[in-house]
Amino acid sequence: MIARAAATVALLGRSPVGCLGAAIVLFWAAMGILAPWLAPYPPNRIDPALIAYPYPTAANWLGVDQLGRDILSRLMWGARTVLTVAPAAVLGAAALGTLLGLVAGYKGGAVDSILMRVGDTLLAFPKIILYLIVIARFGASAFNIIAVVTVTQAPIIARIVRAVTLDVKNRDYVAAARMRGEPTWFVLLAEILPNARGPLVVDFFLRLGYTVIAIGVLGFLGIGLPPPDPDWGSMIKESYGTIFVWPHMTLIPALAVSSLVIGFNFLATGLREASEDG
Amino acid sequence: MARYLLRQSLNILLTLLAVTFLVFALNELTPGDVARKLLGPYATQEQVDHLFREMGLDRPLLVRYAEYVGNVLRGDLGTSVIYRQPVADVLLDRLGNTLLLAAICFAVIVPLSVALGVLAGMRERSPLDRGISVFASICASIPEFAMGVFMLAIFVVWLGVLPGTSPMRATAEWPVWMQFVLPVAVVTLYDAGYLVSMIRASMVEVMRQPFVRTAVLKGMPFHRVVTRHAMRNALITPFTVILLQLNYLVSGLVVVETLFAYPGFGRMMLEAALAKDIAVVEAGALVAVTVTMLTQLLGDLGYMKLDPRIRI
Repeated sequence: MIARAAATVALLGRSPVGCLGAAIVLFWAAMGILAPWLAPYPPNRIDPALIAYPYPTAANWLGVDQLGRDILSRLMWGARTVLTVAPAAVLGAAALGTLLGLVAGYKGGAVDSILMRVGDTLLAFPKIILYLIVIARFGASAFNIIAVVTVTQAPIIARIVRAVTLDVKNRDYVAAARMRGEPTWFVLLAEILPNARGPLVVDFFLRLGYTVIAIGVLGFLGIGLPPPDPDWGSMIKESYGTIFVWPHMTLIPALAVSSLVIGFNFLATGLREASEDG
Repeated sequence: MARYLLRQSLNILLTLLAVTFLVFALNELTPGDVARKLLGPYATQEQVDHLFREMGLDRPLLVRYAEYVGNVLRGDLGTSVIYRQPVADVLLDRLGNTLLLAAICFAVIVPLSVALGVLAGMRERSPLDRGISVFASICASIPEFAMGVFMLAIFVVWLGVLPGTSPMRATAEWPVWMQFVLPVAVVTLYDAGYLVSMIRASMVEVMRQPFVRTAVLKGMPFHRVVTRHAMRNALITPFTVILLQLNYLVSGLVVVETLFAYPGFGRMMLEAALAKDIAVVEAGALVAVTVTMLTQLLGDLGYMKLDPRIRI
């Protein structure tokens, strides 16, 4: 397992795009993890005196926002938020989707039909509208965002896993495992699931990128993580009205969120090229 | 074929029922809110309870749901609480605006992404391919709200050559058509980025096929190999994805509509969901899901036309 991961990292090292992606993601991860020590000011500290000159200065490297809060500190704490919520949501979706896909593909018959039917209904629902309805109804919190992303993305992952399961479930080594009396969960997790690792890993990073966008969109629409805690989407929404006067307050978080998504997508591209060549 | 259409129509109806019930049931989890929202924070609890009963909200869920479905079947979508108009009127007005924007975007996105995708995919890992792929990947990575902010900063704040809002009324400074430029550009860059990668991947796959090598080896000019042999085959797989963009363009425009204050369907859904205006949310969900299901059906049919080997 560890050797395999090391081999993948080595292959990734040969893809310049993949390296760049990894560097960007690691940069923001470090910012998020070290925010309590690196951030020069508390992220929610309001200093009205600074609004007179909100631009970047020696004291506030990236300037302050419309309430006089330090933008650099808010960016760092915002990285912490988005890099906790997005992976949690995608991991949840991956766990649920993998389980459903394995069971549907392996059992077949009525179980398969029902699970896929429910999944299709969820997929027919335009995601953004589902988010709107659920978040407007249950309120915006990190937990609700994770839950709604998990439920809406699980059917897509289930489809990937189900296709792989259908493909390999009649192979000899699966029959052999069954014959020597392995329990069903073992056959599913140890014999079948490893075949889906390649597509799942690439999909995981692409999905992280989409989820960062989704969290940003919710923040921008005003139904994201509740204020005043720093969230990149909300930072854009709050300062958007003053873009004609102080564009840097909006542009800086927009650059941050774009760079993080680009990082995840480049990383996925690198991994895909690595798996094709390896 | 007839059986397929029949089965799909049934399928659509069942999904619509499931979705409307889901929205109805979700709404049920926090009852009383609508009456409170309507009357404001200073109304007494008695007044709220009275309105609650007057709106018929005290009856069981299934009864109200059956009544709602009956009304919809007769063409009555109810009255909007926030817009104080029949839902059908608001919906048609907003949907018309969004469809107009979506149609313009679609007309720009499809030819652009086919051209770029084919150019990139015809010579895998060439400099041209690298350039287009990285550009597409970056475009698809920049969220619409961020792209909107960048464009606004450049073309409105800095250069001042385009309007920053698109209220769809001619103003003293800007004619209506200029109000479309920025929303269309933002949607196009984001969505075309994704489509280009899809079409490129399919084109790469086709260019590796033996029949393409044969065509090259028999001395056919490369541009003819690409246009005659490869392109048609390369567009079969992305065809469904291209059609699914219609679906995204109807529901997914909410961000662009919010950015540029465009009076469309997505913003209506946002306002209605925030105000818990259930009649509007239900009707909007119905429309959105119908669009999705119809594009899927259209996709299957078109697929069959493009590739006669496929039978459904």
